[in-house]
Amino acid sequence: MFGDYSLADLSSIFVMQGFAGLILFSVYVLMALGLAIIFGQMGVINMAHGEFMILGAYVTYLCSSFFQAHLPSLFGAYFFIAMALAFLASGAMGMLVEWALIRHLYKRPLDTLLATWGLSLILQQAYRTIFGPREVGVELPSWMMGSIPVTDSIEVQINGLFVIAVTTVITLGVALLIYRSRFGAQIRAVMSNRPMAGAVGIDTEKVDRYTFGLGCGIAGIAGSAFTMIGSTGPTSGQLYIVDTFLIVVFGGAASLLGTIASAFSISQTQSTLEFFLSGSMAKVLTLLAVVAILMLRPQGLFTLKVRR
Amino acid sequence: MLQTSLSPSSLVPPVVPGTAPMLAISDLHAAYGQSEVLHGIDLDVAPGEIVAVMGRNGMGKSTLMKTLMGIVPTKSGTITVDGTDVTALKSHARVAKGLAYVPQGRMIFSTMTVQENIETGLTVTGSRKVPQDLYTMFPVLLEMKGRRGGNLSGGQQQQLAIARALASNPKVLLLDEPTEGIQPSIIREMGRTLKKIRDERGLSIVVSEQVLSFAMDVADRVLVIENGSIVHESLRADIDEAQVARFLSV
Repeated sequence: MFGDYSLADLSSIFVMQGFAGLILFSVYVLMALGLAIIFGQMGVINMAHGEFMILGAYVTYLCSSFFQAHLPSLFGAYFFIAMALAFLASGAMGMLVEWALIRHLYKRPLDTLLATWGLSLILQQAYRTIFGPREVGVELPSWMMGSIPVTDSIEVQINGLFVIAVTTVITLGVALLIYRSRFGAQIRAVMSNRPMAGAVGIDTEKVDRYTFGLGCGIAGIAGSAFTMIGSTGPTSGQLYIVDTFLIVVFGGAASLLGTIASAFSISQTQSTLEFFLSGSMAKVLTLLAVVAILMLRPQGLFTLKVRR
Repeated sequence: MLQTSLSPSSLVPPVVPGTAPMLAISDLHAAYGQSEVLHGIDLDVAPGEIVAVMGRNGMGKSTLMKTLMGIVPTKSGTITVDGTDVTALKSHARVAKGLAYVPQGRMIFSTMTVQENIETGLTVTGSRKVPQDLYTMFPVLLEMKGRRGGNLSGGQQQQLAIARALASNPKVLLLDEPTEGIQPSIIREMGRTLKKIRDERGLSIVVSEQVLSFAMDVADRVLVIENGSIVHESLRADIDEAQVARFLSV
């Protein structure tokens, strides 16, 4: 499959596809972070995570239309506001869902799977009713369009760089929150032993609610980033949820570093293979590789070395 | 003051007569689902008193501890800590009212460092720094404060679990089988530590035990629980060791 390309072409292709993979990686990381936090904290597999992401994407779309229509002078800065709003909207809805639905099902993990899947269907229909079945795209401010030429054959897109920067900041922020803050210590205590966390004085229900909100809020930001690589429709979240599950399992649950490493390897493999093969063949090969590795290492890529 | 099914002669006055009990349990029933495990426990613990609850496996010692902590739901009866009824409260709110718990098997947060483990106990106090006197009491924890809790030895984990419980400034400390899986030399050390904690902080301690020598060493009063009821009770001074030992033999 490499035969038709010269060596210089090939290296350019790898760099460009690698860069495209990085954008995909960013969306995956943000999605998987939220999913992994929620799964690690309360053992809930949130099937509606993709819809929380799409909520963030729709919020970004609404922001872009609003600024275009009413505040064109500030259009250049709208994306930052859109991301903050996407985080708040998805986070608030996450907390509402936790309060109304999830907290009643903590002792029934299979039921949460069904309930969140039902929720995802409800949300998809709600989006279809509110925003229409057609996919919408956002208008990017002019400074985010275009690309920077690095060499004759390699160009990097500015919006890609922006998404990567945002992802880096948020991942670092989440890592600081979880490993350095008091709230993070409470999250880890509840993850490690829920009844005991209550018995040392941690309000586990409050921690659950905020954690669910945080995970969904990060998905909202992922949705904001997603608007730059795809158009937003009611069912767009479905395309990402499976890959995100794969990343969480592959990375080893409860390991932030593992999640990042697995998102990186999966997105890079996919993006590079997609150039040479068809999209579905790329997916098949990626999945086969993941299955093979998980058979050899069922605990995922990274695990903590500690007595349990 | 004590309501038990025993004859009046075996009833025991609290250590400090005339003071209100720090922990008062009355007619406590608890059940796992449909099967009732505690059938009406009555117990008053005076301030500064150490009470040992003895009994064989499966007699309800751990269930009593878990019910006091709100981990196993109370079916009926009341639990009062320093005059405040905590029966309807969740675990974390009971900690805020002055209960602290060192569970069986210690239940250290294994992936968190020693220091972080102690800090989780600070949650209800609002303070951020581990009080120095905890490290003075358990110097080994200061040495190991950056290590993961799960990588400590059994005895070290026990000290960590006690330090974590003390971090919330409790009025009543509950210990569930603290000697389980610990070497004999460390058990003696732990008895000294518990008495020191009581003397320095004036808190009441309820400890569940199977090892009679340890109970005789630390407790002011010994109770025997069998099939979810208290069947024997005596002060350490006039305890009939042979009789208690009979309750504990299988």
